[in-house]
Amino acid sequence: MDFLNAAVALLNFVVIPAASYGAQLAIGALGVTLIFGILRFSNFAWGDTMAFGTTIVIFMTWAFQSMGVSIAPLPTALLALPFGIAVTAALLLGTDAAVYKFYRKQKAKPIILVIVSAGVMFVMNGIVRILIGTEEQNFADGGRFLLSAGDFKAWTGLQEGLAIKGTTALTLVTAFVTMGALFWFLQKTRTGKSMRAFSDNEDLALLSGINPDRVVQVTWLIAAILATIAGTLYGLDKSFRPFVYYQLLLPIFAASVVGGLGSPLGAVAGGFIVAFSEVVLTYAWKKVVTYVVPEAWAPDGLLQLLGTDYKFAVSFSILILVLLFMPNGIFGKRG
Amino acid sequence: MKKLLLASAAIALTAGMASAEDVKIGVLFGFTGPIESLTGHMANAAEAAMKEVNDSGKSAYTFSSVRGDSTCVDAAAAQTVAEKMVTSDGVKGILGGDCSGVTGAVLQNVARPNGMVMISPSATSPALSTAEDDGLFFRTAPSDAREGEIAAQILQEHGVKTIALTYSNSDYGKGLAEAISTSFQKLGGKVSIDIPHEDGKSDYSAEVASLAAAGGDILVVAGYVDQGGKGIIQASLDSGAFTKFELPGGMVGTSLTDHFGKSIDGSYGQVPQSDSPGAAILTDMGKKNNPTYDATSPYTMESYDAAALMMLAMNAAKSTDPKVYKEKIMEIANGPADGSGVKILPGELGKALDLIAQGKAIDYDGASGVTLIGPGESAGRYKEFVIKDGQFETVKFR
Repeated sequence: MDFLNAAVALLNFVVIPAASYGAQLAIGALGVTLIFGILRFSNFAWGDTMAFGTTIVIFMTWAFQSMGVSIAPLPTALLALPFGIAVTAALLLGTDAAVYKFYRKQKAKPIILVIVSAGVMFVMNGIVRILIGTEEQNFADGGRFLLSAGDFKAWTGLQEGLAIKGTTALTLVTAFVTMGALFWFLQKTRTGKSMRAFSDNEDLALLSGINPDRVVQVTWLIAAILATIAGTLYGLDKSFRPFVYYQLLLPIFAASVVGGLGSPLGAVAGGFIVAFSEVVLTYAWKKVVTYVVPEAWAPDGLLQLLGTDYKFAVSFSILILVLLFMPNGIFGKRG
Repeated sequence: MKKLLLASAAIALTAGMASAEDVKIGVLFGFTGPIESLTGHMANAAEAAMKEVNDSGKSAYTFSSVRGDSTCVDAAAAQTVAEKMVTSDGVKGILGGDCSGVTGAVLQNVARPNGMVMISPSATSPALSTAEDDGLFFRTAPSDAREGEIAAQILQEHGVKTIALTYSNSDYGKGLAEAISTSFQKLGGKVSIDIPHEDGKSDYSAEVASLAAAGGDILVVAGYVDQGGKGIIQASLDSGAFTKFELPGGMVGTSLTDHFGKSIDGSYGQVPQSDSPGAAILTDMGKKNNPTYDATSPYTMESYDAAALMMLAMNAAKSTDPKVYKEKIMEIANGPADGSGVKILPGELGKALDLIAQGKAIDYDGASGVTLIGPGESAGRYKEFVIKDGQFETVKFR
């Protein structure tokens, strides 16, 4: 029995990957939930908004790299992030003015807006592919590892290695800073409060003199920030490919539904729930169990509940189960 | 097309009047479809071999080609074309097909019923090794199963006892992985896990977690270098699950070493590649030929060799009847078992015909180093390499 090795293996292959994936999903889900809460529709163009923001960040990263600007050991992409956010915000505000505003004025039903957002999704899809193509792009630079598996093994003398990528640490730190800032903004600032008021009861908010256009604009601005950060972190940690970002829509929607659409706290919790379920259910537990149980009980099989190909099935099942049995989600408030 | 055929037939006819009997050979490649960029070179090389034989003046037959489009993917279309070649054009042998699927279909539905010899330069599916062929089917390309055997040998020589195996979820990956796993187990090795990975994802940490849980001395990545294979290696290095990899042909490309540099030092693998002296000769001949062809384009050397083998076999058998000359193909390709056959390289087809006429044994080596094994397929040459200082380094050819 060797609990220490088991713990390290668990940490290395389950906890750390799931935590960084969860953080990336959580930021994405925050954006979806915010748009749902305030603009009252599910934004299907979200995955492609993330892809667009990341595309701009990648272009700026390349520009900085060619100019020789670097903030090593941190990735150059961090420096490019504000530019990506600015361009994405312009795109989202432009889309709102050109498309969504029309339907809002008509007081169109949410389902119509959902279909409209699907149309926007296809257009953004095209824009991203025209700009950067369909190929995979790697734009991570700077220090690759905070702690490499080999170093860890040499240092502790354990059989199992523990690796922490620089981008994983960066993801977690950035995610918590972003979330903290967002919660502070929503709870403490005047604009944040007016957004929450608008979300709770639109008519009452209008009566108390809140400017709806301003609320909508600020929402899109925050959405741009969240989309670009989530996309960039995912791209840095894994890699960028437009089609993958489109596919991220499913786990992100699952995350925001689990937490309760419209609830920022729920989005964060949902992100981690979805990520951990995906990883835990598709992980082969053989190694960890072999360390923990007496030798005679060591398993022959892989102890894997689902093949790794079924990752998306996990998100999808969560989505359906929650909608069937708990349609408001964990933190949802509306009936 | 029709005019061209008439013209070439007319030329062949006038040439034939001199002395030799006129013989048509079908060239059944996918001139349209997924490998259309390769088939032009392949057909030009095959026709260059025919011209070389005709120009030598030593052949008992004058050869001309009848091109047909196999489409590479549409079995019904390929069969129709092949049927027409056999019944209305009266070809005495077929060079092709190109892709494994159509080749199998043409073999079963046209070649066997009509008793026609087929020599494919490019079908690599292991399934064709065991297909019923009445001794009519040969290929100058190695089966993917052969790469599996080579990989298993290399692994064993490195003292590997247990491998973890992941493959691209495609026909190529699946076939190759199966070949590696069966060959390695036959040599006494153990495969701890054998799982597919989807290409085109950006995160392979879950796949690598499963592979790491099963464990193994080395990770065999039967995938594509610009696709999931790279992602698997990246995730393995990131999590420290594996640091050494066995890399089959699909994983070989400079983009691999450019991306990973020295971090995959010590990894090794094999890639189909010939070190035959004939390769350089044919490359040169292709540049001077009219029309030119690029012999380094995949399966072009094999196409020249396939055509040469067929024509030499007909001359050796003194017959263009497929049932007769099919017996001579293995003999021409390998020479006598004691290795006394005279090696024949590209450009030496005239010499080969002379030797055959004198009754001397030849061992056709050609551009791709032809040696036919088992059911008449190329043993293939593989380059074993190791990655050292972030560069591919050749160990040896086998």
